[in-house]
Amino acid sequence: MVLTRREVTAKSAKSAETAKSGKTATVAKTAEAAALSRYAGAKAGRRGGARPGGLVRLALMAVPVTFFAVFFAYPVASIVGRGLAPDGAWRPGRIVDVLGRPDLLGVLWFTTWQALASTALTLLLALPGAYVFARFEFPGKRLLRAVVTVPFVLPTVVAGTAFLALLGRGGLLEQLWGVRLDTTVWAILLAHVFFNYAVVVRTVGGLWAQLDPRQEEAARMLGASRLAVWWRVTLPALGPAVAAAALMVFLFTFTSFGVVQILGGPSFATVEVEVYRQTAQLLDLSTAAVLTLVQFAAVGTVLAVHAWTVRRREGALRLVDPALTARRPRGAGQWALLGGVLGSVALLLLLPLGVLVERSLNGPAGYGFASYRALASAEASGGTFLVPPLEAVANSLRYAFVATLIALVVGGLAAAALSRRAGRLVRGFDALLMLPLGVSAVTVGFGFLIALDEPPLDLRASWILVPLAQALVGVPFVVRTMLPVLRAVDTRLREAAAVLGASPLRAWREVDLPLVRRALLVAAGFAFAVSLGEFGATVFIARPDRPTLPVAVARLLGRPGELNYGQAMALSTVLMVVCAVALLALERIRDQHSGEF
Amino acid sequence: MGLLTLSGVTVRFGSRTALDAVDLEIAEGEIVCLLGPSGSGKSTLLRVVAGLQPPDGGRVALDGADQARVPAHRRGVGLMFQDHQLFPQRDVAGNVAFGLRMRGVPRAERAPRVTELLDLVGLPGAGSRSVAALSGGEQQRVALARALAPSPRLLMLDEPLGQLDRGLRERLVVELRGLFGRLGTTVLAVTHDQGEAFALADRVVVMREGRVAQTGTPLAVWQRPASAFVARFLGFDNVVPGTVSGSAADTVWGKVPVPAGSAQGERTVLIRPAGVRTADPAEGLRCTVEARTFRGSRVAVLLRPESGPLLEAECGPRDAPPEGATVGAVFAEEDVVVLPDGPGES
Repeated sequence: MVLTRREVTAKSAKSAETAKSGKTATVAKTAEAAALSRYAGAKAGRRGGARPGGLVRLALMAVPVTFFAVFFAYPVASIVGRGLAPDGAWRPGRIVDVLGRPDLLGVLWFTTWQALASTALTLLLALPGAYVFARFEFPGKRLLRAVVTVPFVLPTVVAGTAFLALLGRGGLLEQLWGVRLDTTVWAILLAHVFFNYAVVVRTVGGLWAQLDPRQEEAARMLGASRLAVWWRVTLPALGPAVAAAALMVFLFTFTSFGVVQILGGPSFATVEVEVYRQTAQLLDLSTAAVLTLVQFAAVGTVLAVHAWTVRRREGALRLVDPALTARRPRGAGQWALLGGVLGSVALLLLLPLGVLVERSLNGPAGYGFASYRALASAEASGGTFLVPPLEAVANSLRYAFVATLIALVVGGLAAAALSRRAGRLVRGFDALLMLPLGVSAVTVGFGFLIALDEPPLDLRASWILVPLAQALVGVPFVVRTMLPVLRAVDTRLREAAAVLGASPLRAWREVDLPLVRRALLVAAGFAFAVSLGEFGATVFIARPDRPTLPVAVARLLGRPGELNYGQAMALSTVLMVVCAVALLALERIRDQHSGEF
Repeated sequence: MGLLTLSGVTVRFGSRTALDAVDLEIAEGEIVCLLGPSGSGKSTLLRVVAGLQPPDGGRVALDGADQARVPAHRRGVGLMFQDHQLFPQRDVAGNVAFGLRMRGVPRAERAPRVTELLDLVGLPGAGSRSVAALSGGEQQRVALARALAPSPRLLMLDEPLGQLDRGLRERLVVELRGLFGRLGTTVLAVTHDQGEAFALADRVVVMREGRVAQTGTPLAVWQRPASAFVARFLGFDNVVPGTVSGSAADTVWGKVPVPAGSAQGERTVLIRPAGVRTADPAEGLRCTVEARTFRGSRVAVLLRPESGPLLEAECGPRDAPPEGATVGAVFAEEDVVVLPDGPGES
């Protein structure tokens, strides 16, 4: 889902540039000519690269295709086999059997309605936020925009813990008013809003900021009322973006794992959580496999709808530089709106994180770093861990580093192959790359367990399994970040370099690399953050003596006791800080480069 | 033997033939301009010579050496792209020095060469400027300096002045010609603007649908277009079929005198506007004045004869008839050309 956001950001940054350069007639002419020639260049490039290009593309695609075949298609196919042919014979009837069970139907129903409710609630709370961020200018806006994005890259485990600290047993709400929400669906819904607020603000707000206000002014001049303008002009323009954001939120909440695992208690489970329960606790692999298939089908449908909306969104909208549309709020109504949005951000996004930090410092013996100190020894956890929990930090960083490397190589090669325009085969490859986002992480982890356990691919005991799974989730982000930038590199710049004596490799180094260097950094940051927070797959395959941060947090939360709770809070805080630092660094890079493409 | 020899070069894009068995030879130090409407294959020809477009047939030779297996970066030719394609992440000096770096020229030798070239193109001291901050004309100069820096044996220019406004363009053409003359550079340029081509080139190659329609000095092409297509492309609209016998041609506009020694029989006849004089209605072809366009020292007068297509005449500003007037068109033999190709082609 971040992927689409990145895409939108890259696209809008580009159009904003075009809009900016349209200020004076001469510049506009140059821009137009440049656009035309870019078209011509693309045309020429397509012709020219026909023969040797095909070979190069095949070579570039070989690594990603192999990677996906071995570490994605094969494990997922193994699950399908395990579910539908448990003893070697095909039994499609298993699907009907599983779907006939009332408890599983209940899970399916809950999964669907909580996703719908989460989506509705997120839109309700975040759309005013999107408007405020798009159209109002106020001090601290940049910082606030970054703050709003932080929850989005936070691991689900952190969100779950934060809301537990706010709403759960011994949480802030219970202390103040004796209210507990952690066994109700509200905790889940609120945590989902916490997570996806940024999706709506970024996707819808990004477009909103660039809608030409003159369109609305033109409608006003033609006699439309404020309401009519909103209804007839603004909403139709925003509609596709709202739909896309809603679908992304739905998808994300539909496959929600960490949040529901932590906040759902025994009464609420999504399909994803149920798959985990069936596998890890009940050892009913075949039921888990069927559930996986069901979720796969549901997600596939939603993704198809999403793809369709995205295509429709690429209509001809007149976009302008966001800096031109924002202004200071005027009148009591607008100030109230701004206040309301800031208040809801504080309450929904900042408060949980604040409480999380507070709880981590608040031990049985008053405020202090007792919980953090306890993280340093294995004994203090009362046998939960074989190693001091703090080692999880080192594990996580190490795994995330390796996963980022793998994701960059695989995703970078895939993006390079895709950036050379080509036919249906390559488009299919593009879709294949996005699949890991649609298939649940739990499925991938589960698939790794059952598929990669025999020679020649007996990796179960190897540490590389964790980074491999994490990279699988990271690759789509890398591809989505790199692709628009690589495509924007004019073929004729490479040709210009060639005519001046640069070999193809040298031309790539001299022309492409400097242009995509920042995108590469951003992609690395995303892959790193995603790997760091990855929970669903890692929880299956991380070895007990090598837990990652999210896994360690979840394990601590699964144990009773004041100290374990405090340690979970402390470890979550550590994870939050690591992720937030990564994100803020990313945000800086992006801000610096956003004018370039 | 010339510096560049193309023989039978053919390029096809699917079912469309972009270059159809083109033969062309360029001598050392010559400035040749490819002229033609868009889609006539001019740019494709440059790309083939540069090695960016593999030909489907034929042979490209530089200094007599076949280039079929030589990749673009080893051909040692320069190409100035239509929209310059300056590297956005490098400053002006970085752009100009690029080709030198690719050829492994040491840093100490690069700097003076860059300075020299920036002086040459009239941008002294611009080395540290960002290319994004340059105007169209300045970008064009930087692109030229960049293409010239490695001293290519053949410099190719693709619509070099296409994006510039008219005044600048006319000034630059003169500058370029002077510059190339001084450097002795062999140049192959592409343009769709005949004025630019005539001002720049020693020899003009008019292209049509992937073939060479005519080749010759600017003066020869201007005076004796090889076909109705070339004539029309050069902006002549008084082109009609006619039957030539003796010293006159029989056309829809009546008898038109032709120069002595013209080809006889069914032909295409071109009458330059300067050769159409407006006189008393009784004297020549009866026409009504349809429109007058003021063109500085001359006035273009569009005449509607009683039969046949519109006729363009050129008059002095003083003796141009008013719109709606009835005049007689008289043709002057020295401005009539019987085109070498047969009738029916226009």
